[in-house]
Amino acid sequence: MVAWPQVLSAQQHAHAAAASRTAHLETLDAATAGEIEAIAAQIIPSTGGPGAREAGVIYFIDRALSTFAAADREAYRAGMAQVQQKRKELFPNSTTIASLTAEQQMTLIRTIEASDFFDLLRTHTVLGFLGNPSYGGNRGETGWRQIGFEGRMAYQPPFGYYDAEMNGEKK
Amino acid sequence: MSGMAFPTKDSVDFLVVGAGAAGGVVAKELATAGFRVVVLEQGPYLHEGDYAHDEIKYTIEPGLTNDPKVQPITFRRLEADRARPMKAIEYGRQVGGGSVHFTANYWRFHESDFHERSLWGEVSGANLMDWPITYADLEPYYTKAEYELGISGLAGANPFEAPRSKPYPLPPMPIKSSGVLFERATRKLGLHPFPAPVAILSQPYQGRAPCVNCGFCESFGCEVGAKSSTLVSVIPLAEKTGRCEIRPHCYVRKIETDDAGRTTGAIYFDRNRREIFQRAQAVFVCANGVETAKLLLMSKSKRFPEGLANSSGLVGKYLMWDNGGAAQGLFEHPLNEYKGIQVTRLIHDYYASDAKRGFYGGGAIDARFDYYPAGFALHGLPPDAPHWGSEYKRTFATYFNRTMMLLSHTTSLAQAKNCVSLDPDVRDAWGLPAVRITFDHHPDDVATMKWIQARQLEILEAAGALKTWSQSLDIADNMPSRHLMGTCRMGNDPGTSVVNAHSRTHDVPNLFVADGSNFVTSARQQPTATIQALAYRAADYAIRAARHGDLS
Repeated sequence: MVAWPQVLSAQQHAHAAAASRTAHLETLDAATAGEIEAIAAQIIPSTGGPGAREAGVIYFIDRALSTFAAADREAYRAGMAQVQQKRKELFPNSTTIASLTAEQQMTLIRTIEASDFFDLLRTHTVLGFLGNPSYGGNRGETGWRQIGFEGRMAYQPPFGYYDAEMNGEKK
Repeated sequence: MSGMAFPTKDSVDFLVVGAGAAGGVVAKELATAGFRVVVLEQGPYLHEGDYAHDEIKYTIEPGLTNDPKVQPITFRRLEADRARPMKAIEYGRQVGGGSVHFTANYWRFHESDFHERSLWGEVSGANLMDWPITYADLEPYYTKAEYELGISGLAGANPFEAPRSKPYPLPPMPIKSSGVLFERATRKLGLHPFPAPVAILSQPYQGRAPCVNCGFCESFGCEVGAKSSTLVSVIPLAEKTGRCEIRPHCYVRKIETDDAGRTTGAIYFDRNRREIFQRAQAVFVCANGVETAKLLLMSKSKRFPEGLANSSGLVGKYLMWDNGGAAQGLFEHPLNEYKGIQVTRLIHDYYASDAKRGFYGGGAIDARFDYYPAGFALHGLPPDAPHWGSEYKRTFATYFNRTMMLLSHTTSLAQAKNCVSLDPDVRDAWGLPAVRITFDHHPDDVATMKWIQARQLEILEAAGALKTWSQSLDIADNMPSRHLMGTCRMGNDPGTSVVNAHSRTHDVPNLFVADGSNFVTSARQQPTATIQALAYRAADYAIRAARHGDLS
């Protein structure tokens, strides 16, 4: 019998490693990307471990807007314009979202968290953090590591604490 | 693949529309019986190597399912409402159909499912009827399906199950932590948990390798061929005969009939959107509980102005779908539910209707984890959890491996107002009318879901959950529906049904409909085993009819 688990696991990790090496912007300009990333980094911050920034979520969002989510480009343009407007109202002396303090960024997000655009950006941030690394985010499977998802192609029982306990072999 | 290709101008013995759970079975039965068969499939012909563990492609994007961008669907709750574009229903759209990407739960109906009207009586506002067949009529075909496809399970473990002529061909899959917690809790409550019967190989079977416990079953194609789809089980047998051609990327727009009112074949768009007519002596429509009705409604002619096989006016009516709801619990230790198949234990204790509850209906409860990583962080957390920020991150990171779901599978009553029709305004990318879904829950179905959800929470408490929460039962939060039933109802009376007890249409003697649309009742969901048993039985009947010269 072929050793499926080993073969498939090796194959999967090779794909992930290859995918993580490329990182450049296709659709967003660098300034806009920096602003979006500042919000994404508050949605999944770098507290207690790598967050959206370290996982390369912005590269995921850029690639999504170039491919399967191309229809959302206008929502991003309009949504970011509104967020910038809010920023100017709240912090008249500021120039960018990225240059706000973390506290100020959170204050800003609280004013938009019920909007459709925030819902879209949150969805994309999570997909970029926990989706397949081949889409440009979840670099080095960092998001998966945070939640304890091993991302292998095969597993052997026992899978968790309770089935291991039942089998008398604590895991 | 056999590479068999029939010239379209030649008349084949049978044309099968749809290469899914039912169409694959029908094609195999007909071809191995010696008939020449062409199967037209809307979607592509994919194989194990085409699939991937890619949550975005298969759960966010319609990797293996109908794409509303090219085939829009409109939805409304009531006939008086204006239908709006919404992916209200979802079906597998490739060779193998829904049997490729389903969770693979594989339950037989109970004996009572075939005569609930006689047991219960009339339900106000619904059309609850007995089936024209009994469990005993279908039992040999359930057994045949289980053995030809490869089903894992434990006969006799469910005290409520109907009599079986043979045990399952394969032992149950390994139990997960959710199964252990569920089994302990339900036993404590005096219930009867049993290993989930699934269309997944627990051991090598008929040259196929067993499951590797990767966990990517629901919404995904199996990368090792261990899920017993028709794609990897019966379709290869059909092709091996040299008499069956599977023709992918073929979208049928009309079943043709002659002056005598018999079908002569079908017109379809090929992959280049050219219109082709395939001639056939007889036709099987196995396109699923929504697409089958749509095709018959589109197949209008002078003789059949309301659509084909629709003298009863019931084509598209009585749509039933996958009712049920979720409750979840957080546990102290890691369950690692993402490993292994979705479901390993369930109960049928609440399956039967019980007058003491005050409403018709019942359901099953299974223990599972229905999420992949991003989907869990987006949709799997308790309603009071934060949506962003460091506490959000901490919550999804802590909960992901410590959460299990109890999902119910409950009755969907047949109601005439729930239906599939052709949208008068919206068209698809081929210029055909969009499917319009009209669907609203029957009050008894809502009562059943609520009652069962309370039982789900009791079980989670008994399992020692640190925290429990239940999810919305609202229609809008539970679409798309994937179990599509009832729209070409089976019955003995041509005035109140579309097909006879052998899935042959009352109106057109050489036209069969075999898929979820035949269902008279929804039972308690998980329709695939019954869809396939009915398909085996319909094919058996068609073969005998053809040999007696009854179809040509």
